[in-house]
Amino acid sequence: MPACIHELFVEFIVSVYHRHHHTYMHAFGIGLTGLVVALGYLMKQKNHHISLPLQLLLPRRFGITDSSFYVCGPALKDIKGKSPSLKFERRKKNTRPGILVRQLHIEEQLLRTSSENWCIINDGTNDPTIVMGFSGKPAELLEIESVLHDQVPVIRRFTGGGTVIVDHQTIFVTFICNKETVPDLQPYPRPIMSWSSSLYSKVFGGIGDFHLRENDYVFGNHKFGGNAQSITKNKWIHHTSFLWDFDVRNMAYLKLPKLAPAYRSARGHLDFICRLKDYMPRSTFIDKTVEAAGTQFSLRSLELEAVVTCSETEFRPSTRFLTNEELAAAAAAVSEQQLGLP
Amino acid sequence: MASTMLWASRAASYLRISVFHRGFSTVLKDLKYADSHEWVKVTGNAATIGITDHAQDHLGDVVYVELPEVGAAVKQGDSFGAVESVKATSDVNSPVSGKVVEVNEELSSSPALVNSSPYEDGWIIKVEMNDAAELKNLMDSEKYSKFCEDEDSKH
Repeated sequence: MPACIHELFVEFIVSVYHRHHHTYMHAFGIGLTGLVVALGYLMKQKNHHISLPLQLLLPRRFGITDSSFYVCGPALKDIKGKSPSLKFERRKKNTRPGILVRQLHIEEQLLRTSSENWCIINDGTNDPTIVMGFSGKPAELLEIESVLHDQVPVIRRFTGGGTVIVDHQTIFVTFICNKETVPDLQPYPRPIMSWSSSLYSKVFGGIGDFHLRENDYVFGNHKFGGNAQSITKNKWIHHTSFLWDFDVRNMAYLKLPKLAPAYRSARGHLDFICRLKDYMPRSTFIDKTVEAAGTQFSLRSLELEAVVTCSETEFRPSTRFLTNEELAAAAAAVSEQQLGLP
Repeated sequence: MASTMLWASRAASYLRISVFHRGFSTVLKDLKYADSHEWVKVTGNAATIGITDHAQDHLGDVVYVELPEVGAAVKQGDSFGAVESVKATSDVNSPVSGKVVEVNEELSSSPALVNSSPYEDGWIIKVEMNDAAELKNLMDSEKYSKFCEDEDSKH
């Protein structure tokens, strides 16, 4: 017989434990597991960008006094998962189409020679410039006579996709990633397109019925963003040209493409596209894009000079201007074909 | 098959639902495979190269094939050309090293052969190999099938 109350209590607890210890151990194990899972979920929600480094580039002037660059790039991965700080530098607008080619050269070089992940945000050029995809045929896509007459520059870029005419109103956003960077993302066109759409869904957050439609970004059924990609063995690039605003006269340089998305339903340019500025202020769009990138990547700044000068390969980009001679020859070939000439 | 997939893709887009690729891909027994999804058929010193059914299925409708020049050197694992499908250019890498002796000119006018007949009419280049020992770095059909299953199951 216990001598006091506390001894009685202890004896009671011990006897209950001996009878039911298996149950207690199971309950304890389940409870502990649940606690660990819950904590892990909360940590993941809070720190979901730990594993995805993205460096920030401070843009460099390329000898042009009023070039415009928002650049952010990937960070070196910190094993402890700490996120470096983010820095931005805003440049003024580009004046020459050569800057656009240089931008594309940098992107192609980063894709081919850099082991890091990058995000680049850039304004367009003052002069309207036509940018065709990898396999674009000028005679099929352009009103060549007008293009030559008005001396509109034409660039063939290294990524796939269609033709755009860009000007100072266009905003370009580019992501360059190692194929294992985004968890559970297969490095193929459709998954990458879908991933990009989910990122921009955070930017637009239900505004204007934003969604991805047959590889275009649309509000409703009006396109405001065109996408293009290039996929290598270990990396991919996804870049978008956003129609912030546009001059309707520039659309006259483009023909209706043969390979048009079904939702276009044979609409002319002006019935098919819309202006991003009607839905969101420019600075808000850029800020929200950076914010959305920050939910998936840790952002860090880097001197652009370091990126450009550190390239150890003799890289030859494929993006280039098409010459007047090439455009004229393309137009002549089509004329001969139509006339039935050999 | 390519046009059926295109219709399905467009219908899915209109209905705003995701398009899922097929759950299986054709793998031929007598070929060797690279982990970047190219196949090679070897006869003596001659190698015929293309992309696999798994690759063409994931890439979508091919609209353009960039071919190398005949006589160009290729190296195992390095890119020699590209295919374009809708909005993307995708590198095609050589499973073997050697010299290009023939390219499939048909692909210039009919790039969709890569989708409809990836192992036959959709071949891309023929190479005279300079190091047959490299073949040991490639997968046989069984290993490649497993590789594809593992890759798809992770995503």
